[in-house]
Amino acid sequence: VSQLAGTDPYDITVRSNGLRRRRVVEKVVGVLAIGSAVLASGILLLVLGTLVYKGFSQLSLDFFTKSRPLFGETGGIADALVGSALIVGMAMVMAIPMSVLVAIYISEYAGPRVGRALKIVLDVLNGVPAIVVGIFVFGVLVVGHGQSAVFGAFALAILMLPMVARATQEILDVVPRSLRDASFALGVTKWRTTWNIVLPAALGGILTGVVIAVARVAGETAPLLFTTSIAANQVSTNVSEALPTLPVTIFAFSESSDPNEQAAAWAAALVLIAFVLVMNVLAKLFAARKRRQLEGS
Amino acid sequence: MTSTTYEEGLAPETDLRRQGIRLGDIAFKGIAVVAALGATALLGFIAWKIFDLARPAIQEFGFSFIWTEAWDPVTQQFGALIFIYGTVVTSAIALLIATPLSIAIALFLTEIAPRRVAAPIATMVELLAAIPSVVLGLWGILVFGPWVRDHLEPWIQATPLGWLPVFSGSPSASGIFTAALVLTIMIIPITSAICRELFIRVPRELTDGALALGSTRWEAIRGVMFAYAAPGIVAAVLLGLGRAFGEAIAVNQTIGNRNAIPTSWFEPGDSLGSKIASEYVGATSIQQASSILYLAAILMVISLVTNVVAQFIVVRFERARRAV
Repeated sequence: VSQLAGTDPYDITVRSNGLRRRRVVEKVVGVLAIGSAVLASGILLLVLGTLVYKGFSQLSLDFFTKSRPLFGETGGIADALVGSALIVGMAMVMAIPMSVLVAIYISEYAGPRVGRALKIVLDVLNGVPAIVVGIFVFGVLVVGHGQSAVFGAFALAILMLPMVARATQEILDVVPRSLRDASFALGVTKWRTTWNIVLPAALGGILTGVVIAVARVAGETAPLLFTTSIAANQVSTNVSEALPTLPVTIFAFSESSDPNEQAAAWAAALVLIAFVLVMNVLAKLFAARKRRQLEGS
Repeated sequence: MTSTTYEEGLAPETDLRRQGIRLGDIAFKGIAVVAALGATALLGFIAWKIFDLARPAIQEFGFSFIWTEAWDPVTQQFGALIFIYGTVVTSAIALLIATPLSIAIALFLTEIAPRRVAAPIATMVELLAAIPSVVLGLWGILVFGPWVRDHLEPWIQATPLGWLPVFSGSPSASGIFTAALVLTIMIIPITSAICRELFIRVPRELTDGALALGSTRWEAIRGVMFAYAAPGIVAAVLLGLGRAFGEAIAVNQTIGNRNAIPTSWFEPGDSLGSKIASEYVGATSIQQASSILYLAAILMVISLVTNVVAQFIVVRFERARRAV
């Protein structure tokens, strides 16, 4: 494909006007395109490299099993790990069933017009800035009740909803019509067909969407600032109170001038990005397997 | 694929059973409808609630809040201009740099790179979008910012552009310019991924036709691919812009958090999202709290309008292409 015209003596372009200049422009654009791609991937490697370089030496068993003390240097992020896991877990429980149901409605029940409108609603919801979602939950729930991990999870669930619903709806749309028709022909009702035939066929795609959404919200700071940021530095599973989380901890440390806290921020960021990258690789694997299945069938 | 048996469907049914099945159908559809309505209601409720919470400030300051350059909790004078300026300028710089870069990356992936090279590069650009903003902000303030201060900003000042007032003053690690560059990194993967999709879908015959008429590859790309994908590119850029407008955390870490409109882009300022994020510890008065909500309302309107326009262009583009 990248072969250029002009080496062929019968090529008419050789006789065109200003060809040399046009060729130079073409070459320059090619070099710029390569340069841009190298720059973007270079930035990724640079960020990852910095995280490993600055964070890896901080990692130890203590870093994962101990909490951050109020004073002193040694300590870990156990409290933030537990808090993040609980909050993201609760967000999944809140968001996934509703997201899948919304997707089922769009794909299996709604007409084209309503379906299109709902897709736009989801895309617009996806476009609401995370900080606005955070301050919304703050205004509705935190004012009067105080901060709590549950409210943080609710804010993350609002962010997950459009992501998971859109991913699910898109995969439901490509489940072959013939599967549904075969099921209906056997006299199976619509809801049983959806539940037993369509959803299992789409499971890989739904999982991909869920995993990507989890990777995304696990790193979100903005919705948690207003809902679960003022917390004690100890491991706690009391979700009715504010719990420390990984992103908020990194955020607080990143604005600190204490080199120990900056070092802890790098290590915590390394842990967070490792989780995010693993989730993204998982999503790729799910997607690849699903594609093989659909192509095989 | 599944171990379901279809006995229920085939077994002789009693009336009661058939009724149960029909009830199941109705109930399931009902739940799905409620979920869909719930999602729509949620969007409406968020929009309404933000404005409702901002009401004290809206009543007190009115529309002049938008063009008032003040943020003083002591004298209770609040306005949004400082933060609107920060949001618009950082996002505009990010857009100016990210758009050509993103299009170039998409061209590289679809037109230049052989498949074996394109796949890993595409994955890496995708993963750039997966970096949590708080991590990018951490890198931005501790590593990237100092580099910008020591190398990039002095270099810009040495070029002819250095005479512009916006590039004056002493370079600093955190400021409008650093935040804009971090935003650039955040929106490149979004815009380039959409542009890549667009370029892949341009019918081969069109570019082949241009090549057959004697144009160079670049002329075919510029004259045919860009023309064909133009509305999509605009939508991709707008979606990136929406992301840049709404980003709070990475900007908060890198913009310097100063309640003033700086003459130089190298100086610290603040943006809408960043200001809201700074105030999480709690405002001291109702005016201040509702003023922050007023900022949130402005931010929400700006990003929603950007997003809706982008969606609208996408929908129209799809329809036009279907007609072709």
